[in-house]
Amino acid sequence: MLSFDILLAGVINGLAAGAIYVLVAVGLTLIYGVLHIINFAHGSLLMLAMYGVYFLFRSAKLDPYMALPIVMAGSFVFGYLLYRLVIGRFSHGKDENILLITLGLSIIIDNAALFLFTGDTQTIDVPYAGEIVAIGAAFLPVAKLIAFVAALALCAALGLFMQRSDLGRAIRAVAKERQGARLVGIDVENVFAVSYGIGIACLGAAACLLMPSFYVSPSSGHAFVLIAFTTVVLGGMGSFLGALVGGFVIGITESLGGLLLGEQLGQIGISLIFILILLVRPTGLFGGGR
Amino acid sequence: MRRVLEVKGLLRAFGGLKAVDAVDLDVAEGSIAALIGPNGAGKTTCFAAIAGFVRADAGRVVFAGQDVSGWPPHRIAAAGMVRTFQITQPFGRLSVLENIMVGSYLRTGDRRAATAAAEQVAVQVGMGAMLATPASDLTVAGRKRLELARALATRPLLLLLDEVMAGLNPTEIGEIVDVVRDIRASGVTILLIEHVMQAVMSLAERVHVLNQGRIIARGTPREIAGDARVVEAYLGHGAAARLGGGGADA
Amino acid sequence: MSRVGLLALGALAVACVLPHLLGSNYAVNVVTMILFTAFLGQSWNIAGGFAGQTSFGHVVFFGTGAYASTILHVSHGWSPWAGWIVAIGAGALVGLVIGVLSFRAGLRGSYFALITLAFAEVFRIVANSVEFTRGGLGLLIRADPRPENFQFRNPIWFYYLALALVLASLAIAFWLTRSRFGAQLAAIRENEDAARALGIDVLRAKTVCMTISGAMAGAGGTFYAQKYLYVDPSIAYGVEKSVEMLLVSMIGGAGTVFGPLVGAAMLMGLGEITRASSNTQGLSLIVYGVILIVIVAYLPDGVIGLFRRRSGERGAPRA
Repeated sequence: MLSFDILLAGVINGLAAGAIYVLVAVGLTLIYGVLHIINFAHGSLLMLAMYGVYFLFRSAKLDPYMALPIVMAGSFVFGYLLYRLVIGRFSHGKDENILLITLGLSIIIDNAALFLFTGDTQTIDVPYAGEIVAIGAAFLPVAKLIAFVAALALCAALGLFMQRSDLGRAIRAVAKERQGARLVGIDVENVFAVSYGIGIACLGAAACLLMPSFYVSPSSGHAFVLIAFTTVVLGGMGSFLGALVGGFVIGITESLGGLLLGEQLGQIGISLIFILILLVRPTGLFGGGR
Repeated sequence: MRRVLEVKGLLRAFGGLKAVDAVDLDVAEGSIAALIGPNGAGKTTCFAAIAGFVRADAGRVVFAGQDVSGWPPHRIAAAGMVRTFQITQPFGRLSVLENIMVGSYLRTGDRRAATAAAEQVAVQVGMGAMLATPASDLTVAGRKRLELARALATRPLLLLLDEVMAGLNPTEIGEIVDVVRDIRASGVTILLIEHVMQAVMSLAERVHVLNQGRIIARGTPREIAGDARVVEAYLGHGAAARLGGGGADA
Repeated sequence: MSRVGLLALGALAVACVLPHLLGSNYAVNVVTMILFTAFLGQSWNIAGGFAGQTSFGHVVFFGTGAYASTILHVSHGWSPWAGWIVAIGAGALVGLVIGVLSFRAGLRGSYFALITLAFAEVFRIVANSVEFTRGGLGLLIRADPRPENFQFRNPIWFYYLALALVLASLAIAFWLTRSRFGAQLAAIRENEDAARALGIDVLRAKTVCMTISGAMAGAGGTFYAQKYLYVDPSIAYGVEKSVEMLLVSMIGGAGTVFGPLVGAAMLMGLGEITRASSNTQGLSLIVYGVILIVIVAYLPDGVIGLFRRRSGERGAPRA
């Protein structure tokens, strides 16, 4: 067995990664909660956002953390338009259609990235990339620590927005009772598009937080899709709390899995959790039914 | 007289609410019986529980002498008790004929036989001219008929018809009433949920009235119409008295 | 004989002489892969098109078949032909297990699609990590082009084999359009609850469907392994193949007999064109993605639906 110290380090690393998964999952679960669609393009869109951060850094020398508001705004607009022009328009409201449309989008995005950026992995070199912070026996790169704090802060901000603002209330209304919301005059189509946009904005934020300590390649989309879905399914589709808990659980699982089983086999933990949850308790820990 | 369906003590609760509260129900073979009651009384839940779509929390369902409590719905249907749905559930992209064939395929694996049987049923319910029409193109009346035809094609012993008249105009109702009578004449027992009183009165030999999950009255249509409790269930407390007392002919 | 029958017979005749008419081995390989892709697509079509169970992880059956026959051949000296039978069985078994697990748990629609994806991923990771698959290194089949080794010096034989597979798959699909089982699948696709109400054992039907589909894809796995003489986890269980199987059927016409064939011809043809015009990766798939969206939005019956509509017939044949 591994020593307690190493395990603790694994847990701390897992929490750090988990915070970002939370951010990714929150977007996905919001989209599901409001639109009742499983956004299969989520991973691909994250990859796209990460390339955005990369190019902003390369061309404008913009530090990813500074770029956060820009990337988030840009992601929001992209998501909003994507829903308005493609998803909302072509799905005719049918579930199977939306699944295939988002699949189509992910195919397009993944391969456009391959075509435009080639298959190489790209990283950005921020000056503080090498700095490490000691937390107990664990050593955490500063970037990951910042990511952890920022991710949680953003989630809290989103939570506040959903609770306090008018738009947030409208979104929750539509999520709960679509027809009723329509009847009281809420522009439901707009709320859908906004919600999708917010979901993608979360990806923008995650991209900014990921890039300093990670890399991007056209296949990053695939890598994140399963993690994102496992997180959301584990926590419960449509549940914020679920996304929070799920993200951290998955982060820790991935980290410990990697420690115990090695890099390769460790990844299996996530897929197995996914399968198990779907078979045994598809509503997840906090989900309230499909 | 043989009882094709015996329901005893059927109970189905959702959380604390008893949608079906200790319901007893008998249907005599070859008869037409009706289950009526105001909206929300629990009629469809009753059907769903009897036909196996919903798990009853307590009670027994005996069909043609066999205890089918807890059986999965497809097994009950294969045994001869087939239900239709209140909101029609057509196989949208299939034609009328193909829809009905799904029913007739229950009794034969041979395509030609299934097709012939389906065509026959289609004619019986008056859809002989629409065999190639996609189900999604049908009107409400057409869909109701299709729902009926599909169930009929399975050669059931007992048909559970859930509001088959809803949404039809008086002419269409008259036509379906005739069809239902023909179906009974061919030996099928029928239990129907209905709101359309015209149909209930002209078809049913025995009526069971459900209110808030409980059977509050049983009898012939005439007896039911005059029953104060029934009037109150539909029109509210004290309505019977206001309308001139219970027991008077409706 | 009916007009359609004559047309089919004519097409078959053309298909039989085609490889002799083509100039190069390259061209023969292209049409062979069109047929092979159509065959794999048809396996997806059985589950996704006819029964409406959209799977995103169908490669799992393909890969299992490929590994089954290849491991038996390379590590245990089995004849690949015998291994082929085992591969079909392996594909069927995996189809059965995944079907039973997923359908008993009541998974449908998006959830079903996701769990198939997860299963494929699990298999990929395992294949990457265990001894008997040689992990990420993959398995190399020694080139010894003799018929008894399921290897052919002249690629024309792979063509005829692929043709035979396609014909078999067309037969299966055709059988579905005229059988009780096919009618049950169509009913399940359209409305599961209504299907139950008419006496259909939905769980059993869906599981049998997955088993058949898995068997077919498993058969495809061995063919692929023997043609290219190499199997590794990303070839066997990579998501690209799942997507290809789905695209080919959806674009050609899900739930139709000839859909996958039409789709495969289109996709491969498009692939050849883009490869000729610009030697960059990914371009053809971008087009496929766009076409998929267009199909879903405007042509749910796929390209075949286009023809049916023009000739005045109803949408694709189902039950």
